[in-house]
Amino acid sequence: MTDAPVVARGLVKRYGDLVAVDSVDLTVEHGDVFGYLGPNGAGKTTSLRMLLGLIRPSEGRVQLFGRDPLVDGATALDGVAGFVEGPAFYPYLSARRNLELLADYDDGPRSRIDEVLELVELRDRAGDRVGGYSHGMKQRLGIAASLLRAPRLLLLDEPTTGLDPAGMRDMRELVRRLAAEGITILLSSHLLYEVEELCNRVAIVRRGRIVYEGLLSELKAGAATGYRLRVVDVETARRVAASIAGVGDVVASDGEVRFTAGDDAAAMLTIALGRAGVGFTALVPRTATLEELFLDLTEGERPPLVQEVA
Amino acid sequence: MGAVYAWEVRKLLAQKRTYLGLAAAIVVPIAFVVALATQNGAGPTDIPLGRALRDTGLAVPFVVLFFMSIWGLPLVTALVAGDIVAAESHNGTLKTILTRSRDRGQVFAGKAAAAATYTLTALFAMVAVGVTAGVIEFGWHPLVSLSGTTVAAPTGLGLLALSTAVYAWPLLAIAAFGVMLSTLTRNSAASVVGTLLFALLMQLLGALPGTETIRPYLLGEQFSAWHGLLRRPTDWAPIERAAWLCAIYAAVPLATGYLAFLRRDVTGD
Repeated sequence: MTDAPVVARGLVKRYGDLVAVDSVDLTVEHGDVFGYLGPNGAGKTTSLRMLLGLIRPSEGRVQLFGRDPLVDGATALDGVAGFVEGPAFYPYLSARRNLELLADYDDGPRSRIDEVLELVELRDRAGDRVGGYSHGMKQRLGIAASLLRAPRLLLLDEPTTGLDPAGMRDMRELVRRLAAEGITILLSSHLLYEVEELCNRVAIVRRGRIVYEGLLSELKAGAATGYRLRVVDVETARRVAASIAGVGDVVASDGEVRFTAGDDAAAMLTIALGRAGVGFTALVPRTATLEELFLDLTEGERPPLVQEVA
Repeated sequence: MGAVYAWEVRKLLAQKRTYLGLAAAIVVPIAFVVALATQNGAGPTDIPLGRALRDTGLAVPFVVLFFMSIWGLPLVTALVAGDIVAAESHNGTLKTILTRSRDRGQVFAGKAAAAATYTLTALFAMVAVGVTAGVIEFGWHPLVSLSGTTVAAPTGLGLLALSTAVYAWPLLAIAAFGVMLSTLTRNSAASVVGTLLFALLMQLLGALPGTETIRPYLLGEQFSAWHGLLRRPTDWAPIERAAWLCAIYAAVPLATGYLAFLRRDVTGD
């Protein structure tokens, strides 16, 4: 294995008969903003807990910068910070006292506390007991607590969940800023547009298994282009389309023929239609949106548009 | 472990239940002395030093120790020991502190040490308040030992300090049991009640007929080991037995809790 920020190989977590995480491989490289994307209950949080050494994998192993949390204990988390399932603090202590505690647990300087509180705009409320904090404030305090460790890798579990629209925007802005400072970020989310907006790499997880891992741009490019052909004689058009090499997934309905094809095959089809005496009123390409890809991959009712990556 | 211990103590100082336990430990001897002062009866005559209660204030803390061994001090101890790990589960903060630069072993050790500190604080506070209240009401007079000899007041105070130290051993074993339950159940109330039941059961077993042969080895019995210090000459046998027995009674739950804490999956907490 390398000293990449995150390397997970063959991670499995079973609870009795339930397989929460199934053979997950993950590699997060330096400087990545990595999106761990999947619907609720897909096993994202369980995976993150294994990465942080909070739970033991049933199989497989994890290395953070080349160190295994189960073997090396807390030293494996050097340079690593983050939270899972919403940050939690002692409700009867103030935010500042909570951060002082965590700084001492890290043998880190308390002098950075004001700086990180300022960054998440909690400095004015730092003396208040965390028990009275709103969800959004706790979420921000979680970021502050993570930054206190001056991390090189930040693991954030659904950082915008439960925030109001302004809070979500601020949180994303913060993540972008931290990434620009060179912090590698692994961010889990069930929101596709969030990942699309923030991340360069993505792993899509479905029922504990990773169904795609790679660049977002490759995911989009890898999808075959779909077309909608509007014709008068649907039945003949369908037969002609089916006869052209390179045209696939032909479906006829409601005055329309839908198919997938590359550019050349689509051009060939128009000529063939002319020869067959079938006039068409429109030929519209539709690029598969990321949303559709995501639904294909995570719900899996329709055949996936891209090859599954094991 | 130093940082963990220091913060465990600070956290205890920021929680109500800590003061509840300490207040109970302080109020009991005061209430006892007030009750004695306002009544004219002979006081408890069937327990060690019970007859001497009105002769010297030094007898008061010894008698309070006896009464509080049944469930008072075990409850005070359980209140904090049973909560010390389970509170993290309740607040969901285990994941917060276990993703910093402290190993699980250090966190557990810091917590166990803090629970022991609180237990000893409550015990010594109770005894100190007891002896103060007793001396104010009944005076600073010599003590009659359990062998019938007279012990000068300063020596009596020294014996009280030693007795309290010996009495602390079984109480610390109960604290260790509480810390274990707190780790295993992840539930504060269950751990407090379970720890108290354990202490009561240990007392009950000793009171049942037919348990004479195992009685000297029951945890509850060790709360009487200090009697040996008040005999002339000193009877060291029960004290030696209490030392190694309490070490075992403390080590087994501590080791169990420690291993469970090292291996546990931190999921909901």
